Amino acid sequence: MRGALAAFLLTVATTGALAVDTGQRFGDPGEQARYERLIRDLRCLVCRSESIADSNALLAQDLRREVEELMRAGRSDEEIRSFMTERYGDFVLMRPPVAPRTWLLWAAPALFLAGGLAVVLVTVRRRAAAARTNPAALDEEPDRP
Amino acid sequence: MRIPLRFLVPTLGFAILVGFFVVGLKRDPGVLPSPLIGKPAPEFTLESLGDPAWKLSPADFRGRHWVFNVWATWCVGCRQEHETLLAIAREDRVPIVGLNWRDDRALALRWLGQLGNPYAAVAFDPEGRTAIDWGVYGAPETFLMDARGIVVWKHIGPMTLDAWRRDFVPRLPAPESTP
Repeated sequence: MRGALAAFLLTVATTGALAVDTGQRFGDPGEQARYERLIRDLRCLVCRSESIADSNALLAQDLRREVEELMRAGRSDEEIRSFMTERYGDFVLMRPPVAPRTWLLWAAPALFLAGGLAVVLVTVRRRAAAARTNPAALDEEPDRP
Repeated sequence: MRIPLRFLVPTLGFAILVGFFVVGLKRDPGVLPSPLIGKPAPEFTLESLGDPAWKLSPADFRGRHWVFNVWATWCVGCRQEHETLLAIAREDRVPIVGLNWRDDRALALRWLGQLGNPYAAVAFDPEGRTAIDWGVYGAPETFLMDARGIVVWKHIGPMTLDAWRRDFVPRLPAPESTP
C-alpha cells in the first residue's frame, strides 16, 4: 500500500518534468537554448493551450522540425516567428504581439486596476466627507454618504 | 427618479460582461481566421497520390475557381464529410483538388477505392510540409481559390452542404458565365 502510494506520488510529482521533445537537436548549447525558447513560444494549434514544446501531436512535431530547419538555414528569431504568423496568424504565438488591435488586451490589467483604485478613492473621500459633516452617520450606515 | 451610481455601475458592468458572453459563446473556438485569405495560394510541387510521376502544383488549376481539400485516412471528420464532397463533385461546378496530409499512400488509395473519389487530383504530402505552408492545423480543411489563384475562403472542419451553399457557391462565378 505504502509502495503504491509512493509510486503514485512519484508519478504525479515527475509528470511536470516530462518534456516531449527531449532530443538534443543542436550541439551548441546556445543554439539548443534558442531552439527550446522558440518552440516554447509557439502554440500547438490542435491542442490550444500547449506549446509545440509540450505536445506530441503530428502538427507539433512538424512545426518543431520546421523551427529546427529554419534555424539551420540561418533565420533570425523574428523571421521564424513571422514565418509562423504568416501561415497560422497571431494565435500561433503564445504571447500576443503588441499592436494597435491588441492595445486594449495589454492595457486591460492596468485599466481594471485604475478602475478599482478610482472606486476606492471615491469611497474613501465620501466617507471622510460624511465623517466631517456628521460623525454619527458612520456608525449607522457606513456605506451611505 | 435618479438611479444611484452604486446600482448603475455594477449593472452596467454586468451588461458588458453579458455582451461579451453573447458574442463569445456563439463563436466556435475551433475555428481560427486564416491569414491566407486574399493572398495567392501557397506554392507546392507534390506527387499525385495515384501516380508519383505526375507532379501537381497550384498553377495547374489557374484560370478557374478550384477547391482544395485537406484530408487523411486517420481523420474522422474526413470520413464524415466524404459524402458531401462526392455530392459537390457531382454538381461539377469546380474541380476539387485533394491534399492527402501525413498519410500512407496505400491506405489513402484504398479509402478512395472504397468510398468513391470526389477529387480531380490528389497531391500527396506525407511529411506535412505543404500543409504547414497552407496554415493547416487540423483536417479536414477546405479552401476556395478564384481564377487568379487567390485564396478567397477557408472552411475548417467537415464540409457540409449548408456551408457549401452559404460560403462557397456565392463566391463562384454564375453558372451562365462559365462556358
